Amino acid sequence: MKNLYLIAFLDLKESIRAKWFLVYSLVFGGLIALFFIAGVTESQVMGFSGLSRLLLMYIQITIVILPIFILITTVRSISGDRDNHILEYMLSFPISLKQYYWGKILGRFVTVYLPVLFAMIVAIIYGSIKGASIPWDIFFLYTGLLFAMSSVFLGIAFFISSFVKSSEVALGIAFFIWILLLAFIDIAMISLMMSQRFNEELIIFIAMINPMEIFRVAAISLFDPELTVMGPVAFYILDLMSQTTFVVLSILYPVSLGILFSFLGFKIFQKRDLV
Amino acid sequence: MIKVNNLTKKFGEHISLDNINCEFKKNDYIALMGANGAGKTTLIRSILGYYHPDNGGVLINGLDPIKERVKVLENISFVPQLPPPIKLSISELMQYVSVGANVDKQKIIHYANEMKLDIKTNMNKSFFKLSGGMKQKLLIAISLAKQNNIIIYDEPTANLDPKARDDFYRLLKQNEDEKVLLFVTHRLEEVEQIVNRQIYMDLGKIVSDEVIS
Ligand SMILES: Nc1ncnc2c1ncn2[C@@H]1O[C@H](COP(=O)(O)OP(=O)(O)OP(=O)(O)O)[C@@H](O)[C@H]1O
Ligand SMILES: [Mg+2]
Repeated sequence: MKNLYLIAFLDLKESIRAKWFLVYSLVFGGLIALFFIAGVTESQVMGFSGLSRLLLMYIQITIVILPIFILITTVRSISGDRDNHILEYMLSFPISLKQYYWGKILGRFVTVYLPVLFAMIVAIIYGSIKGASIPWDIFFLYTGLLFAMSSVFLGIAFFISSFVKSSEVALGIAFFIWILLLAFIDIAMISLMMSQRFNEELIIFIAMINPMEIFRVAAISLFDPELTVMGPVAFYILDLMSQTTFVVLSILYPVSLGILFSFLGFKIFQKRDLV
Repeated sequence: MIKVNNLTKKFGEHISLDNINCEFKKNDYIALMGANGAGKTTLIRSILGYYHPDNGGVLINGLDPIKERVKVLENISFVPQLPPPIKLSISELMQYVSVGANVDKQKIIHYANEMKLDIKTNMNKSFFKLSGGMKQKLLIAISLAKQNNIIIYDEPTANLDPKARDDFYRLLKQNEDEKVLLFVTHRLEEVEQIVNRQIYMDLGKIVSDEVIS
């Protein structure tokens, strides 16, 4: 365990020094700042107000950009270290592959999760100073969703990283996955499928296996289901099961998916030549 | 201590190691030589357990370096052919080595000083920002501080100035007792004082293996 923490800790330190981390933190911190400057907390639109609205906007943007951030910064972690012979040296020490791999994942997880969480905490604190009432249910749900989102995309990224031959290919695959999931999220596309009389269950099923769609629906599930912003899939799902069941599912499913992908990545890492 | 049995390693169609058999025993100090692409690095990486062989295998003190990597690597000091662009600072790298492999930091500093590497003022510098020679000096210092009985060097002196090479060979000579040293080099005359066996590889095979004095 001590080696695992050591590797996580050193990876974390290394990431924090990296430029991408600065950009990453600035983007999410900047988003929150922007919302405050734009007066999002003060306006009343479509039945929700103040901090709730700010958090909802934040999570909706985050659902789109967090995955690509995680994917492009992480997808090269193992493959990049392999390419430039860092693994050859670092793994010449008596550290098990298990400790190395999971240590890297743990370090990366903290790196990607903390800034987005921190941005949200700042929003809460700043909002409460300005006198807005704090929507704790939304806050905790979103904390969980961000956690689940970080897990699943980190898992996918490490999975890709374990088998790709070069960093360029890794980046390409990462982009492809992001676009693919994003395309399915798109209400237009789903409407299109509907208009062509696809089986309803099939459409819902496709939407439901997509973690990005799950996050989107979960993020608005606390609000009035009559809202038009929801889109047909969200409406259908929330009609199908209770809101609580769905929220639990929306966190458990992506986390399990993340663990599954990380684990597959580990198996491949173990089976393949290390350098 | 190291036994290589019928070891074959292919990359695609290319055979990098072709049915290698050899044994390295205590007090063998070996110069591993051969043309570029002969398979020296591939052999070394197989000993370290990085490659899954297509046939045969390696045993180190009776252990498989892939399945028992932690136990095997506890006994091996290694310096690679090219110092990698590690982004950790020197102090972080030392922390990695000292926690991960139980190496005494003071010893690293000691050997770094012996190698004329000014380690104290560079502690917070990223490893990859050091000069080529400085990187090699640090990796050598770490390998000596690790004090194992199997030492594997893949052309560690490429970037060292003549003075540093002398320091390095002197330290290596001092540390020679009851060990196995596997030293990849293209210049036998430099290591003549240190080695007592010379292995020559070509096209993935061992073409000569002789004791020298
Ligand atoms: N990862 C790899 N993928 C494909 N081919 C490889 C790989 N590693 C080595 N080879 C091939 O195996 C052969 C032996 O390479 P190796 O690095 O062992 O040579 P070497 O004896 O160390 O040479 P040098 O003196 O230049 O360091 C070469 O033809 C090389 O192209
Ligand atoms: Mg080589």
